[in-house]
Amino acid sequence: MSVALEVEDLVVSFPGVGERTPVVDGLGLRVEVGETLALVGESGCGKSISALACLRLVPRPGRIDRGRIAVGGREILDLSVPEMRGLRGSEISMIFQEPMTSLNPVVNVGGQVIEAIRLHERVSRSAARARTLDLFEQVGIPDAEERLDAYPHQLSGGLKQRVMIAMALATVPKVLIADEPTTALDVTIQAQILQLLRDLQRDSDTAILLITHDLGIVNELSDRVAVMYAGRKVEEGGRVDVLAHSRHPYTEGLLRSMPALARPGERLAEIPGVVPPPDEWPRGCRFSGRCPRALPHCPDQPPASTPLPDEHRVWCHAVAEDVAS
Amino acid sequence: MSAPAGGQPLLRVEGLRTWFPIRVGLMRKLVGHVRAVDDVSLEVEAGRTLALVGESGCGKTTVGRSILRLEEPQAGRVWFEGEDLLALDPVQLRPYRQKLQIVFQDPMASLNPRMRVRELVAEGMRSFGIGADEAERTERVASLLERVQLDPDWMWRYPHEFSGGQRQRLGIARALAVEPRLLVLDEAVSALDVSIQAQILNLLGDLQRELGLAYLFITHDLSVVRYLAHQVAVMYVGQIVERGDTEALFREPQHPYTRGLLQAVPSADPQRRSLEPHVLGDVPSPADPPPGCRFHTRCAEAFERCSREEPSLFRAGSGEARCFLLDPGQEGAPAGSPSGPSV
Amino acid sequence: MAEAHVVSNLVVALLLAAGVAVGFFVRRNRLWSEAAVDLRRRRPWALLVVALYVAVAVLDSVSWVGGAEAGEDVVAAYKARSVLDRAFSDFVEASYSAPLAEAEFYGGAPLVYPGRHLLGTDILGRDVLYMTLKGARVALLIGGLTSLIAIPLALLLGVSAGYYGGRIDDVVFFVMSTLASIPGLLLLIALIMAMGRSTLSVCIALGVTSWVGLCRVSRGETLKLRELDYVQAARALGVSEFRIVLRHILPNLMHLVIITFVLMFSGLVLSEAILSWLGIGVDGSWGQMIDQARDELSREPVIWWNIAAAGSALFGLLLAVNFVGDALRDIMDPRTLREDL
Repeated sequence: MSVALEVEDLVVSFPGVGERTPVVDGLGLRVEVGETLALVGESGCGKSISALACLRLVPRPGRIDRGRIAVGGREILDLSVPEMRGLRGSEISMIFQEPMTSLNPVVNVGGQVIEAIRLHERVSRSAARARTLDLFEQVGIPDAEERLDAYPHQLSGGLKQRVMIAMALATVPKVLIADEPTTALDVTIQAQILQLLRDLQRDSDTAILLITHDLGIVNELSDRVAVMYAGRKVEEGGRVDVLAHSRHPYTEGLLRSMPALARPGERLAEIPGVVPPPDEWPRGCRFSGRCPRALPHCPDQPPASTPLPDEHRVWCHAVAEDVAS
Repeated sequence: MSAPAGGQPLLRVEGLRTWFPIRVGLMRKLVGHVRAVDDVSLEVEAGRTLALVGESGCGKTTVGRSILRLEEPQAGRVWFEGEDLLALDPVQLRPYRQKLQIVFQDPMASLNPRMRVRELVAEGMRSFGIGADEAERTERVASLLERVQLDPDWMWRYPHEFSGGQRQRLGIARALAVEPRLLVLDEAVSALDVSIQAQILNLLGDLQRELGLAYLFITHDLSVVRYLAHQVAVMYVGQIVERGDTEALFREPQHPYTRGLLQAVPSADPQRRSLEPHVLGDVPSPADPPPGCRFHTRCAEAFERCSREEPSLFRAGSGEARCFLLDPGQEGAPAGSPSGPSV
Repeated sequence: MAEAHVVSNLVVALLLAAGVAVGFFVRRNRLWSEAAVDLRRRRPWALLVVALYVAVAVLDSVSWVGGAEAGEDVVAAYKARSVLDRAFSDFVEASYSAPLAEAEFYGGAPLVYPGRHLLGTDILGRDVLYMTLKGARVALLIGGLTSLIAIPLALLLGVSAGYYGGRIDDVVFFVMSTLASIPGLLLLIALIMAMGRSTLSVCIALGVTSWVGLCRVSRGETLKLRELDYVQAARALGVSEFRIVLRHILPNLMHLVIITFVLMFSGLVLSEAILSWLGIGVDGSWGQMIDQARDELSREPVIWWNIAAAGSALFGLLLAVNFVGDALRDIMDPRTLREDL
């Protein structure tokens, strides 16, 4: 079995004005063992909710309406609550954006990792402590032995994030979900954490679902990329394909609005307008209102996927027409 | 002293020092200081952009606030149009406040949620007597909103009815309302999505060209710096460690920290996967900076002198850098000369 | 003392005028009118109940002299009587009678108005319903007048302490901590004894002992608000400190003030009940009725309608006020946080 995480036709909805609004609308994902898939999009596109859905942690009043999610080949949407709890933190783990608030401030960090281990495995406290010490060293925490007894507020942001990574990897999960893991960190610390994630993955074959809005991080860390817009996937493919040969107008617009890829002083290509709120989504392609290539039928018909070479896929009528001709 | 003729920078900061006292205990005993800004000097020319870059705790935000005297510095001079702003009393300072404005990072916290947009934008006008009466001020608000590409009819709305990017535009309109000559942009685009950020950056570029505004652009995002700034100053734990023209600095960074910083930025160019952090360890706290050169604890090229003495700024590249490697009097360059260009 | 009623009428008129003014302000300001609509939607019954109590209180507040009916003694002609007084004028019996009874409770002598006393009569034969309704005015007076004293005081001290810090903060802090360290009840008793027993002195005493909570909260909130970017922006725009406090700090504290007022209200009414229990409350309050019921409950058979009426009236008002307060808290807090979701 080489697919660590598989999501099919996932719909997550929240109550809105009137009926419920699907903030994730038919999402499909596949992450192979040892691979990193980056889920990219701007705020409000639904990527974080998708990640939470994979752990069945969608906050109320949100709800998973339909879809299939399989971790290590095992369907998780049918599991009972205790069974799911057994999976969380052992087969599938998550690290969050804000290391400041993700750790319990009144328990020392070693204790929190030990607790995480002993929740899922029958080991003695001393065995768990030894493993925690190992993990701390693995994630590059200096003076690991002393740090076991430190409290979160005594650690810097970078160290806290390393503790979170240690906790997430303690049980050698099949899937690690990283939700904007470095957004709150300084650039130099971010570089260290990204390298750590890369090394750890190499050593343990963990599949990583990386949620981010930063295309630089996408490039440095991922093997495959999926781009989301307003609850739907609009483009998917290998890293190089999506970043260097993107075909979807949104992806192209995103890449061209990045100052890093522009010439100094030259105007950045803008995507006009803003992301429409859920109650203004058209029946068809949700990007059509801002799309430079919008065709007359775009707002009415949702685009089907257009296959391109090397498992590169785009959901766009204009591209479909390009390919057909 | 009247304003000097062209050639002089619009803003010149000399030896700025802003320290915050640390008080502990019931008696609020003074145990030390957070040396947020420690001897910072910089210049901004009229109509040009100086970027002030650095990571958390480096003091860049405090520099911006100190220049506007939203924080009170302990020492230094801030020369603006020939006057030292720090030497003025509040009454004398007031007319200068009009010429130096600030745009903040957080679109949520920068606008009073209980004021309508028209009031928000016109507030500064009332302070400085711009606009003869309310009707004229309303007109001015309308034209300001148009200039930042917002519908003038929205001036009767409240801030929470606008998106993050639109609120940043409102912040810019508010600052422009008093016709400043210099804008301090304190991480003004950091909280925005990439596509919205592009819109705001374009707007800022247009405004600079149209109005001849000078910008002090405070940020941690190096890609924006390269795109927008004419000159760059890099800060680390309260000090400026390198200064120079943007292109030159990016092509040939002189200070090891600058090199490490540029190295650490993840590149979105799929042909280049370069992530190999050269700067290890954590950022020191400005309350307790390391002795000698503040960067030596994380510097791969540090040698013995670095932990003893504090380097001053030496001429380097197109500007200067605070590093003994660039001290012409430093005998015997250490083994392993500075690595080549990193970008 | 005949002029006391003129003052009272004036106060009522002023309060009504103030109410109308607030109404206009709310209509004009979209943020507040949306909150008001939301409140009406969430707790219509509680609002109605509160409105009823207010109506009864107003009926008892508008009073004038004269219009004595035939058969009343001369004194009554000079005493100012309210609308409520006149409605129940001369509606007395000799002594206790049970609700809707036809005869006196002790002795069984026939009543002057058999079957007409909905809640019975008390020891002096006064109609209990009448006494209960009169208690509404007292309760609202205690809650309202005291808040009018306590809230501005708390705001003034709290905001000054928070905004200016330094010496002012130290002084306010000291006063707050001192007051908070004295057992509230003892201080209340001492103050009332010192000022002499009267409605005003009770209100003042209650005001002095209840401003600390709001002061602390507004100081904390001001400290927070002072550091916010939009306040810094106002400073950079040359706005004077006075204007900053007026236009940026105070309006963003208002939601706290309103919630505190509504919740403090119930605390104050309850405090007065305790004071009545100790014999130093306000005349005619429900607390006093409950206090008098102490003896009545130990009689055989038990006289329960006095305490039941006063207790229910008290409970009803406070329940309604608390519902409204909780709903207000829900409306106002998330509002400031709920930005462009």
